[in-house]
Amino acid sequence: MAEKGSPIVLEARGLTKRFPSVIANDQVDLFLRRGEILALLGENGAGKSTLMNMLYGLYHPDEGEIWIKGEKIALKSPGDAIARGVGMVHQHFQLVPVMTVAENVMLGSETTRRWGMLDARAAARRIRNLSQQYGLQVDPEAVVEDLPVGAQQRVEIIKALYRQADILILDEPTAVLTPQEANELFRIMRDLTARGVSIIFITHKLKEVLAVADRIGVLRRGRVVGTTDPKTATEASLAEMMVGRQVLLRVEKDDAKPGRPILQLNDLRVNDDRGHQAVKGLSLELYAGEILGVAGVEGNGQRELVEALTGLRPLAGGTVLIDGQDTTHFTPRQITELGVAHIPEDREKHGLVMPHPISDNMVLNRYYQPPYARHGVMQQEKIIADGEKLVQKFDVRTPSVRNTASSLSGGNKQKVIVAREFSHPTKLLIAAQPTRGIDVGSIEFIHKQLITQRDDGVAVLLVSAELDEILSLADRVAVLFDGRVVKQLPIEEATRERVGLLMAGSTEA
Amino acid sequence: MQAAGGLDKQFNKAMLWYWGRRGVALALVLLIFYSYWQNPQLTTGMLNAMLRQSTPLVLGALCGMLGERSGIINIGIEGQMLLAAFVGFMVAATTRSLIAGVVAGVLMGAILGLFLAFMAVSLKMDQIIGGTVINILALGLTSFFYQANQTIPGKLPIISLGPLADIPLIGSVLFRNPPITYLALILVFVVHYALFYTRWGLRTRAVGEHPRAADTVGINVYRLRYMNVIIGGAMAGVAGVFLSLESVGSFERAMTNGRGFVALAVMIFGRWTPLGAWGAALLFGFANALQTQLQFGGSLQIPYQFIGMLPYVLTIVVLAGFVGRSRPPAAVGQPYETE
Repeated sequence: MAEKGSPIVLEARGLTKRFPSVIANDQVDLFLRRGEILALLGENGAGKSTLMNMLYGLYHPDEGEIWIKGEKIALKSPGDAIARGVGMVHQHFQLVPVMTVAENVMLGSETTRRWGMLDARAAARRIRNLSQQYGLQVDPEAVVEDLPVGAQQRVEIIKALYRQADILILDEPTAVLTPQEANELFRIMRDLTARGVSIIFITHKLKEVLAVADRIGVLRRGRVVGTTDPKTATEASLAEMMVGRQVLLRVEKDDAKPGRPILQLNDLRVNDDRGHQAVKGLSLELYAGEILGVAGVEGNGQRELVEALTGLRPLAGGTVLIDGQDTTHFTPRQITELGVAHIPEDREKHGLVMPHPISDNMVLNRYYQPPYARHGVMQQEKIIADGEKLVQKFDVRTPSVRNTASSLSGGNKQKVIVAREFSHPTKLLIAAQPTRGIDVGSIEFIHKQLITQRDDGVAVLLVSAELDEILSLADRVAVLFDGRVVKQLPIEEATRERVGLLMAGSTEA
Repeated sequence: MQAAGGLDKQFNKAMLWYWGRRGVALALVLLIFYSYWQNPQLTTGMLNAMLRQSTPLVLGALCGMLGERSGIINIGIEGQMLLAAFVGFMVAATTRSLIAGVVAGVLMGAILGLFLAFMAVSLKMDQIIGGTVINILALGLTSFFYQANQTIPGKLPIISLGPLADIPLIGSVLFRNPPITYLALILVFVVHYALFYTRWGLRTRAVGEHPRAADTVGINVYRLRYMNVIIGGAMAGVAGVFLSLESVGSFERAMTNGRGFVALAVMIFGRWTPLGAWGAALLFGFANALQTQLQFGGSLQIPYQFIGMLPYVLTIVVLAGFVGRSRPPAAVGQPYETE
């Protein structure tokens, strides 16, 4: 842990970055002492990543100064930052999947003999040394795409250390980890700071901040709204700083009153894009009036499961019954017309037609039916009138329904999808990552909508990578690992620790 | 248990692949020896024709590969070859120097590479359109400026490599060739080594697979893509002057005759590796040689049009069968934005 008087190794003074439609960072001041962990907290879109990308030389500030180890520096490219000992582990790993760990680690700082010939052996030796020195288990010869995410993250950290980084920026490093893997990461972080490495740790998870930080900075709408001490801060106080008002951290809801079975999956098998089986014999039952949370680390078959249920991906085996009807070979439209609503994981790719007006997007699931179409001709007046009603009802912030879907913010895009999916009679709602990357206000709104739907007797399948979201919304939890449901738990028995262990593949918990 | 079973299966597959390839290679060598024993003249003639026919294909494939490995699709190889063949021929005809012709042709290829890189990297244009622009441009320019009755002082001569050339079969096939045929062979090995064992190669592959990852470790994605596409263009230029100055000895309208596109099939069939592409090019070269042999030497009762189809049918079969199965560089065709 850093002393109060440790020298400042990195400082931002009045950094400002403007993008065409938004000021991402506005006069940001920030400093980092040697050997400390500074947690940087903020909602999605608060400007955390922009700030870090400037400190790493990927973006260039419009105003302000960056000082590294007492020197004022204009970073032209990541190369400049690396040369001064700044290393960054990006939220989306910057690893080449088809290359080995050694190739990835040395890329850009290659160990070579004459004529630029790679010295793979020397590089592997150095990686093994680093891996021992810092307790980071990696095999230099392994191919990155075969590694689990936890190991890929260790590769990223080694990549920074290989370049002799002593200032480490970790951008949302725990987003893809199980709680146990996150704890392991925190151990590594403390190990690193004990050796004089300074760390900026970016997250929006309050618990983690309190567990690991020496100091906390909070960013809101591109400004630093304060710094605080983890000893005195609480989750509630941090949430309030982050959002700017009081936030309900727990969702209020009554007990579920499950009715008849709506979704019955029997030995479901689905292949991924590469033709490998991603869902490997999955059986589930979901009842009217309950929320079943599907927990699991991303990439354990969630996407394939959702796409199979909605008819977007053919099954490799097994059957799907929706309200007693066999939909195994149904088209997406047939499934929709049965009363299935779908909030897709990637709202920009699969949820909306970005260049089309909001009003058209609101009727994507029934544009071909009266009153929106007559004899194959779209009835624009009706579409726009109904679109305006929905915009009102679901609080979509836009000047006009004639604006394109791409003009909306993330949270408002999600509201358009929710509005569309909830405005036809629904029996089954499949929600994949419904609150990913949207602001806290929108999250609250969407959570309330999910509960309302449940209370109206809809069966809700909630697939989410955010364990907290599942634990606060679901009535039952099914834990997915390697394409199978390893365990189903009533919510009372689903503790963070237990679900975390199950997510990591343990069958004992 | 399941995982172990999967590994077993993978292992068996790898073994099958390994021994399968060796078996096929051995069978081919035996076949060649047998046919040499039966008819030495025809066999050496066929093998020679195969090697020469494969030369522009393998050079074109190297051009495409350098581009795609760094993330740029080059569908303009055909045009690059054609314009280089033309410029090489015209310069050789006016200066009366074959060397000057070769240099000019290669330079022309490189310039077209620069043009493609500018469209694809700097303007972020659709790369298929960029390549098509080059193809149309080349066809138009060469047809417009083409003059009949131009001649060049001979063709690039055959160089015999001393005693090596006297080895039966091997000597006359491998060591008695004109310069560009040698050059292509050397380039295959040089590019293979460079791509997989040097810093430049590692960076090139990284830029083609995941440019952002390369950018975050301080690699200049744009510069690397420019470099690769320009060097690739030069190789297409070599293929072009091979056609006009080494193989035919004159220029004809549209003389590339689809070789630039076949080269792309060769590249894919060779799984984006130079050695693989060489093997694929030899196969296509053989199909061409066979086609010629059957048409002109033949006592076969098949209309020549069908025999002439052989290389193109092979292209279709290869593309239909292999395109889906081998994996191209992940970022191919996508313009890279830094901010």
